[in-house]
Amino acid sequence: MVKQESESANRPDNTAFTQQRLPAWQPILSAGIVIPGFVLIGLAFIGIGVALLVTSRSIQVLELDYTGDGNGSPCSSCSQSTTVNCKCSLNFTLDTLFQGPVFFYYGLSNYFQNYRRYGASKDDNQLYGDLSYFTSPSSSCSPYDYDGSKNPIVPCGSIANSMFNDTFTLTRTVSGKTDSVPLDGKGIAWWTDYNVKYRNPSVTPLKNAFNGTVKPIDWAKPAYELDTSDASNNGFVNQDFLVWMRRAALPNFRKLYRRIDASGDYQNGLPAGNYTIDITYNYPVRVFNGAKKVVFSNVSWMGGKNEFLGIAYLVIGSLCVVMSVVMLIVYAKFKFPDEE
Amino acid sequence: TFNLSFRYANNAIKTSKYNIFTFLPLNLFEQFKRLANAYFLFLLILELIPQISSLSWITTGFALIVVLSITGVKDAIDDINRHKCDRQVNNRKVDVLMDGQLKNEKWMNVQVGDIVKLGNNEFEASERNSVQKETNLKVKQALTVTGELGDNIEALAAFNGEVRCEPPNNRLDKFKGTLTVNGERYALDNDKVLLRGCTLRNTEWCFGLVIFGGPDSKLIQNSGKSMFKRTSIDHLTNILVLCIFGFLASMCSILTIGNAIWERNEGSVFTMFLPREPGIDAPLASFLIFWSYVIVLNALIPSSLYVSVEFIRLGNSFFIDWDRKMYYPKNDTPAQARTTTLNEELGQIKYIFSDKTGTLTQNIMTFNKCSINGKAYGEQVDFSWNNLADPKYNFHDHSLVEMVRSGNPETQEFFRLLSLCHTVMPEEKKEGELSYQAQSPDEGALVTAARNFGFVFRSRTPETITVVEMGRQVIYELLAILDFNNMRKRMSVIVRSPEGKLTLYCKGADTVIFERLHPSCNKLMEVTTDHLNEYAGDGLRTLVLAYKDLNENYMIDWKQRHHEASVAMEGREEKLDELYEEIEKDMMLLGATAVEDKLQDGVPQTIEQLAKADIKIWVLTGDKQETAENIGYSCNMLREEMKDVFVVSANTAEGVKEDPHPQGARPPLWEPLHYGVLTDDLTPIPSSLHHQAFALEKNLRLELLRTACMCQTVICCRVTPLQKAQVVQLVKKYKQAVTLAIGDGANDVSMIKAAHIGVGISGQEGMQAVLSSDYSFAQFRYLQRLLLVHGRWSYIRMCKFLGYFFYKNFTFTLVQFWYAFFCGFSAQTVYDEWFITFYNMVYTALPVLGMCLFDQDVNDRWSLQHPELYAPGQKNQYFNKKAFVSYLIHGCYCSLIIFFIPWASMNDAVRNDGKDIVSHPSFAFLLQTCLLAVVHTQLCVDTYYWTAVNHFFVLLSTIGYFAISVTMYSNGMFYVFTSSFPLIGAARNTLNQPIVWLTIFLTFLLCILPVVAIRFIFIQLRPTINDKVRYKMRTEELPGPAPRHLLRRRSTRSGYAFSHSQGYGDLVTSRKFLMKRSTKRAPLFTQTDSSIFQNQPQHYRTIAEEAEESQSHKL
Repeated sequence: MVKQESESANRPDNTAFTQQRLPAWQPILSAGIVIPGFVLIGLAFIGIGVALLVTSRSIQVLELDYTGDGNGSPCSSCSQSTTVNCKCSLNFTLDTLFQGPVFFYYGLSNYFQNYRRYGASKDDNQLYGDLSYFTSPSSSCSPYDYDGSKNPIVPCGSIANSMFNDTFTLTRTVSGKTDSVPLDGKGIAWWTDYNVKYRNPSVTPLKNAFNGTVKPIDWAKPAYELDTSDASNNGFVNQDFLVWMRRAALPNFRKLYRRIDASGDYQNGLPAGNYTIDITYNYPVRVFNGAKKVVFSNVSWMGGKNEFLGIAYLVIGSLCVVMSVVMLIVYAKFKFPDEE
Repeated sequence: TFNLSFRYANNAIKTSKYNIFTFLPLNLFEQFKRLANAYFLFLLILELIPQISSLSWITTGFALIVVLSITGVKDAIDDINRHKCDRQVNNRKVDVLMDGQLKNEKWMNVQVGDIVKLGNNEFEASERNSVQKETNLKVKQALTVTGELGDNIEALAAFNGEVRCEPPNNRLDKFKGTLTVNGERYALDNDKVLLRGCTLRNTEWCFGLVIFGGPDSKLIQNSGKSMFKRTSIDHLTNILVLCIFGFLASMCSILTIGNAIWERNEGSVFTMFLPREPGIDAPLASFLIFWSYVIVLNALIPSSLYVSVEFIRLGNSFFIDWDRKMYYPKNDTPAQARTTTLNEELGQIKYIFSDKTGTLTQNIMTFNKCSINGKAYGEQVDFSWNNLADPKYNFHDHSLVEMVRSGNPETQEFFRLLSLCHTVMPEEKKEGELSYQAQSPDEGALVTAARNFGFVFRSRTPETITVVEMGRQVIYELLAILDFNNMRKRMSVIVRSPEGKLTLYCKGADTVIFERLHPSCNKLMEVTTDHLNEYAGDGLRTLVLAYKDLNENYMIDWKQRHHEASVAMEGREEKLDELYEEIEKDMMLLGATAVEDKLQDGVPQTIEQLAKADIKIWVLTGDKQETAENIGYSCNMLREEMKDVFVVSANTAEGVKEDPHPQGARPPLWEPLHYGVLTDDLTPIPSSLHHQAFALEKNLRLELLRTACMCQTVICCRVTPLQKAQVVQLVKKYKQAVTLAIGDGANDVSMIKAAHIGVGISGQEGMQAVLSSDYSFAQFRYLQRLLLVHGRWSYIRMCKFLGYFFYKNFTFTLVQFWYAFFCGFSAQTVYDEWFITFYNMVYTALPVLGMCLFDQDVNDRWSLQHPELYAPGQKNQYFNKKAFVSYLIHGCYCSLIIFFIPWASMNDAVRNDGKDIVSHPSFAFLLQTCLLAVVHTQLCVDTYYWTAVNHFFVLLSTIGYFAISVTMYSNGMFYVFTSSFPLIGAARNTLNQPIVWLTIFLTFLLCILPVVAIRFIFIQLRPTINDKVRYKMRTEELPGPAPRHLLRRRSTRSGYAFSHSQGYGDLVTSRKFLMKRSTKRAPLFTQTDSSIFQNQPQHYRTIAEEAEESQSHKL
């Protein structure tokens, strides 16, 4: 035995792996799979498309531009003045109930939150509440890391500095009486942002943590005074701040401003009536050919209104069916490999 | 000690490159000399400049470190092996003469000027001046002055001389020097030196003086200069990488221009939110953007491509090593991929250049059949149908044995003739242990046959031949040898038996002998002719035997005239021929022998298969035309229906030029010739070392090539090793085709090295061909498996890999390109940095590796069943510039879909709780997921062969992606590395949205479905051969192994069993030649002309030419 072994010492192992005989599934693109497959996919797509389209159609959206471009437009005076907290208002009428829950967005266009240097201009450690970065912000925040007299800026960087600072209140006029619509600013940011990514330093009162720092140059109030009505909604965990800091991927974007509080008259959404949005107009967008708008929208299981997806599914589904017919014709006509 | 003062190189060799301390710096330096790595270093530096850096340096650093360490580990292992080999070689023992006695010393301690003793079959440690005689085909002969010293240790120790020679060089065929002994100068030339790496044969020992040691020796001087072979795919890839560089530059330029425009229109007014950095104005910013985009789009340059390609090739090489169907159990030799970088080229072979002896044939002649006095003997059962039959099959016909033993006179005379009429040299080292040295294997076979049948040729002197006839010793007096030559095609001996009977024994080609028979033999001749035809039909080499009793008086007269003729100054040849003609007539027919030049198993089938795969096979052999043609017929390269045998042979350049037009007026459009035999039959002028290859001269090269390529089969005869290489290079250069050379001996080395791929037949005596080859195995027939199965698979796998690799990187990168138009050309990456880091190295690495290691369109049996599957590889159809452009377009399409479908569906989208979803991290995550879904599905569509491993890899990568993403975006990672993972929550907040999944689904189907539809339609409209076979494989059972029909040639074409070169009858009878017999040394042949070398290339093998690594491997 030993001798035999040594005689064939170099004989390769006879395993399925070494002999490349591993059992395998070898699918091929046969007509029996491809054509029915296309038909099935096509039908499924059409089905999904219809469902999406129906859902999307049921969603109500109301968009109101308040940039103030034209002379007659509501905020044209504010857009041309440089007054701080310039007031203007927008009126709109709802004929039917705007089904709740209703979300109140502001939208900006031609605004490049996704510009590389803009996006990098923040200090994650600082925003995480690390006090050592309060005194020495990361150089990525430059030129918004120190002010003219070398005081560190907190929160530093372009993103924070350029925080959206228009404010809105919504009132409803019912039979001459003006009623303020309750707006809910809680829970408009991602849970992860609110609870994990952004933190205030554990210093009470919060103001003390900001000793020796200055507020961002373009801010009216320091970070710890962003919400005077709710002490816990200040600093880096202020919901509006968080929404702004979640920078948009595309130059036209909308951000959640408030929710319509589903209480009282607004249990089911915004009832029919005349509404007024009072705007505190601060944010300059006309210099860079931008536009500002407010948006009211409700949502479905698939989110906001989205016509594209439904139409795309319908079109692709139909194309699949057409393609399957084409393939069937080709197959019937040429039918490889019977020709040989 | 005197020699030491000159500080000659000692005999220690060093082939290793590094030691422990120099490894890191030297290896890194080496690696950064490669363009891809240098480029990466450049990127890394760019990334460290904050104004430019659009990506953290970790991204590139990670890839670079992975690539460097993989290559580094491989280099380290290689170098450790070299160290081991060096140590082994340096520690080998040799006997050195020191202080008057022999001492066993390590090779590395041998010094120039030492006298060493070598035994038979030992390797040469260093180059030396041979002191003792060594005799063989490449004869090395000592100077008489040193030869006389013999093995007298004292004399050798006292020997005092001075050698002056040329400085160390790498010319193997030249040596110049002088030896001065006692004031006398003796010339030393190449015949007097043994080279390192040679093997000593046919002498028990030799003493030598070390002339060059270690690095100075010709072997080492020659090594390291071996040409680095690259595959055509390598070349193509390099060109494509250059194209990609151009593509990258133009993309970056477009984006730079875009940035300049954007900066003017938008950026300048956007500065209130994003002030410019101090000192950087708009033009400079745009310029910097160019470099930032070079970084962002760097994935276009296939960084990990080279590493992955090496890896896949290595894997496929292992499959070759592991293949049991290429393992030869008889001498325990598995196939071996000695070069692991050429695999896919095996699938593209267009021309095979094969040696004959030892490659197609076993170089074993067996006495197979005979016809004695009209009765045919020999095994009637033909085993050739049986693949497993013992190739050592011997003569099995017992009736012949009985005929001999019963004393049948014709039969006895038949074997007596065989034992007498030849020029074989016997060697009897010990009583009873007899071995023959024959000029041609045919002769050896015949004499051995006679020996086995009881007519043992024992010894010879110039005047006598001693034969043991059925146990009785008989001494014949040898009167004359009428030697063989090409014109005569026969040889005869005239002997006188102890009884005084004078007989002429003659053997020769049938046509020649039949003309010279006595009329009384006519009837017997007819019967024998029938037998001969039968033998010829079996491809056997035949000889006809005849004898003639001579009259004593006539003989005396003839002998006298013979003597006169042989000393004649003029017309000696003619006079001798006349005399021979006169005596060789009216002979009595004895019978015929049939010797089989045994082909290796399965050679005809293999050649047939390869021919079906449209591979052109050229046989390049040193043999004469007749032998080569004969082999051509027996291995099915030439067939009877091939009518236009086309022979180019001429002695001069003009002759060659004229010769291709044998019919005179051929139309300009030559009809395809059926086959051609190219011969370069030159007048042999032994003194001229430079065999001028007229046909290979410049002005005739193209003509030769044109002619040869019109032939189905080309056989080149009488080619020297150098010419073999020239032919290969000719085809390589002008046909732009991939060539493969296969051979087994030293004379094939140049050809093996010249061809794109060299294959060595291993397991035989010599290792030299193997050592310089890229692949080796034991049997020619494994070639079909190597090419049609492994080569084809490797090629397909490599093409699939390259195609897929380019596709996936294009898709990946172009998405970034589209995003540039939406982010102000700011070099913002659309993906997360970690995704960029892991994309090639982690997320997509395994599935493609799985595909490229295991994929097979059809399994091996179907591959062999349909050799035509090989053709696409030869035509380079699977990966070429066109295919590359199609991958580019495909990648472009997919990237458009991957970017714009999510872009459209995410425009103004919100989550179903009203919150944000179009933030940069979630958009990035969505695109990443789409991209991976698309490239993985594309891989699935491309994979033909789904083993468990493939399933596992695809699943692992998909699950792994989500697992890694979720982990990286988890709270924990953020707590630990706050600023490294800023995309926290992206996965969680995105994946729970139906709209995200619907978008992913839409995107990837939109990428995949068109591919499926187009492929399906193409299969229907223009099915490729692969499609057909794959379909067939699905619907039909594989037909059983093709019936191996008997390869019988209905032919009267016959080769006769001679070596086809002038015999050395003259030497046999010359006293001078046999003088040394008495000293009981090995039998000696003096220097003979090159014809022996041509016929018996396997006897002398110098291993002096191979590259260092193969050398160390062997050692």
